[in-house]
Amino acid sequence: MTLDPLKLNKKDFQPFLEELAKDHELFAPVRLVEGVSVYRKIDPADEIDLDASNPQKPVKEVFFPQSEAMLRFEKVGNRHKVTSTDEVKKPRVVLGARACDIQAISLLDDVFLGKEYTDVYFLKKRQSTLLVGFACNHPLSTCFCASTGGGPFAREGSDLFFIDLGESYLVEALTEKGRALTQSKLFVKASEKEIALASDLEKKAAERSDASLPVEGIEKKLDQLMESRFWDRLHEKCIGCGVCTFLCPTCHCFDIVDEAVNEQGQRVRNWDTCLSSLYSLETSGHNPRPTGRERTRQRVMHKFNYFPKNFKKIACVGCGRCIVYCPVNFDIRQVIQDIKNY
Amino acid sequence: MVEKKLREKAKELLSKKEVDLIIGFGEGTQPLRATPVFIRNPEEADRLVWNSFCENNLATYLHKFSRFKVGIVVKGCDARSVTALALEKRFKPEQVVLIGVPCQRMIDRKKVKKAVKGEIHKVREEGEKIIVAGEDGDVVLKREDFLYPLCKACTHRNPVQETLRVGDPVGEAPLTEPNPEAKAFEKKPPEERWAFFEKETGRCIRCYACREACPMCYCTECFVDSSNPRWIEKSLSSADLEFYHIVRAYHQTGRCTNCGACERACPMDIRLTYLTQKLNQEVEELFQFETGVDPNALPPLSTFKTDDPQEFVK
Repeated sequence: MTLDPLKLNKKDFQPFLEELAKDHELFAPVRLVEGVSVYRKIDPADEIDLDASNPQKPVKEVFFPQSEAMLRFEKVGNRHKVTSTDEVKKPRVVLGARACDIQAISLLDDVFLGKEYTDVYFLKKRQSTLLVGFACNHPLSTCFCASTGGGPFAREGSDLFFIDLGESYLVEALTEKGRALTQSKLFVKASEKEIALASDLEKKAAERSDASLPVEGIEKKLDQLMESRFWDRLHEKCIGCGVCTFLCPTCHCFDIVDEAVNEQGQRVRNWDTCLSSLYSLETSGHNPRPTGRERTRQRVMHKFNYFPKNFKKIACVGCGRCIVYCPVNFDIRQVIQDIKNY
Repeated sequence: MVEKKLREKAKELLSKKEVDLIIGFGEGTQPLRATPVFIRNPEEADRLVWNSFCENNLATYLHKFSRFKVGIVVKGCDARSVTALALEKRFKPEQVVLIGVPCQRMIDRKKVKKAVKGEIHKVREEGEKIIVAGEDGDVVLKREDFLYPLCKACTHRNPVQETLRVGDPVGEAPLTEPNPEAKAFEKKPPEERWAFFEKETGRCIRCYACREACPMCYCTECFVDSSNPRWIEKSLSSADLEFYHIVRAYHQTGRCTNCGACERACPMDIRLTYLTQKLNQEVEELFQFETGVDPNALPPLSTFKTDDPQEFVK
C-alpha cells in the first residue's frame, strides 16, 4: 500500500509523539553517554537519539529483551503459586529503527512465530507493536545491507517510514495501521520538491552501502566445509566474548534460568552466545564445541548455512555492528570473502 | 623503521625455527584499527605492522598456544602481563620469545572518532600529528591530545624481560600523574562515587569482552559461569552487574598491568580502569609492588611474609 507521501516538520515531531503517547507506549533510541545508545521506553519529553547511527543494541531488544522474566513463582502454604509476567498493556510504537534492524525482525518472526512453535512472549509484543522505520541517509563504510537483501531505504516491515530531509521528515504510510497514525493535523501533503529530495537522498544512500559481498551460494559452499581445515585458522584471533552475537540484530539464542531466593523466584530467559564455552557445555562435563574453532564455526554456520536451510534466508542483515564493536577487528565481511575463495 | 625491523626479526625467528608462530599485529579492516595476526611462515612476516593502533594486549592469546613455542610482539604493558603469567606458571618462560617494541603510547580511537565530523576514511601518523581523512577533507590532530589516559600516565613503555628488542628505547617519564582516573574518582564524595559506579556498570550487557581481552582472566571456570556454587545470577539486575564488576576488578589485585585492554574492548564504553588503577595504587603503596616488573617477585596476594604491612587492619 502506498499513498501520497506526507510531510512532518521537525518542530512538530514532539507534538506527534505526545499524540502517539496517548494510546501507545513509545520506544526509541536513547543516549546513555556520548556515542552509546539503546532502545528504551520513552516519554514524549525525553530526548531521543535519532541522529546517531544504529544504537549499540539492536531493536530486537524491544521484542526479545536481553533479560525477560517469563513467570514468577511463590510458595504459599503447601502449594506453589505461579503468575504470568507477560503483559503488554498498551499498543506500542517503535521509532527510529533502520531498515537493517527491521529486516532482522522479520527473520526473528521466522524463528519465534514459525511453523513449529510460537513464542508467546515475542508474539504478544510483536502483535501490539507498530514500526516507524527511519531511512538511513548515511550508511557507514562497515555497512553492507545492500549485499544481504536489504538497503538503506528498504521499507519492508515498516508501518510508517520517515525520511530525514533536514528541517522536516517525508513520511510514507506503508500499512493501514501506519496510515492511522498519520491522521493528525500535524501531517501535511509533501510537495513535489520534497519528494524529489527524498528520492535523491535514497539514490545517494544506495551508493554508499556495499553491495559487493558474495553471499550468493554461501550456503552450498559451507555444506562442504564442515570438517574443513578452513576453521583451524579463522577463529584464532577471536577472544570468545559475546559482543558480535549480543549486538547482532538477528542472533536470538537464549538460556532459561530460575532465580529463587527462599520461597519465591522467577524464571528468566537471558540472551546467550554460542561463542562462550558454557553455551554448549553439557552436564556430564562434555563439551561438543570444545574450542574457539567449533564455536566460531557455529556462529558462521548458523548465519549462512543452518538459517538458510530452515528459512531460505541468510541470518545477516549487513548492519556492521559486529565489525565496528569487535575488540580484535574480526570482520565478518572478510569471512564471507574467505569462504567464497576457499 | 620499527615495522621493517619487526618483519626481519620475525622472518629470522621463523626461518631458524626458533618459534612455531609469531603473534603480532596486522593491518586492520577499518581506519584506526590494527588486528591480531598469527604468522607461521617467513613469507607471511610482511603482514606484520606497527603503529599507534596496536592497542590489544596480545598476551591474552598465549593461553591458546600453551603447547607451542611462541614469538609475541609486546609493548611495555603486554610484556609485564607475560611476566606475570609466567610467575603464575601458565607456561615455561623458555616457551615464549618476547619481541619487545618500546611503545610510543597508543592513540584512543574512540576519541579521534568523536573529534571528527562524519566518517573517517583514512588515518596516518606523521610525527606528532595524526592526519585524518574525513568526509570534509583532512583534519590534523595533535597526537598528544588523543592518547589513551593510561598510556599518557605509563612509566613502563620499554618492555621488561624482552628476548629481543625492535626499535630504540624510550624515556620513562610519564605525561601525567599516575593512575589519573583513580585519582579523579577518589576526589569525588562517596555519593558521587557510587552514582558514577552505578551509571557505568548499569550499561553492562555481560558480553564479557573485558574479561576475554584481559590476559590475566584465564580461569577455566569464571565465577560468573559457575552453577554450583551459584555466586551470581545471569540477568541484568543492577546488583549482579555491580557484583560482576567489583569481583572482576578485585581479582586483578597485584596482577593488573594497567594496559587498559578491558576498557578498550567494551562495546558500551564502560569506564573500568579507574577500579584497577585504584587497586594498583594500593598495592604499590602497601607492598611497593608493580605487576610483572620483577620476574622473581610473586604478587603480594599470592605470598605471605611475617613482616607484611598491615596498617589497613584496624
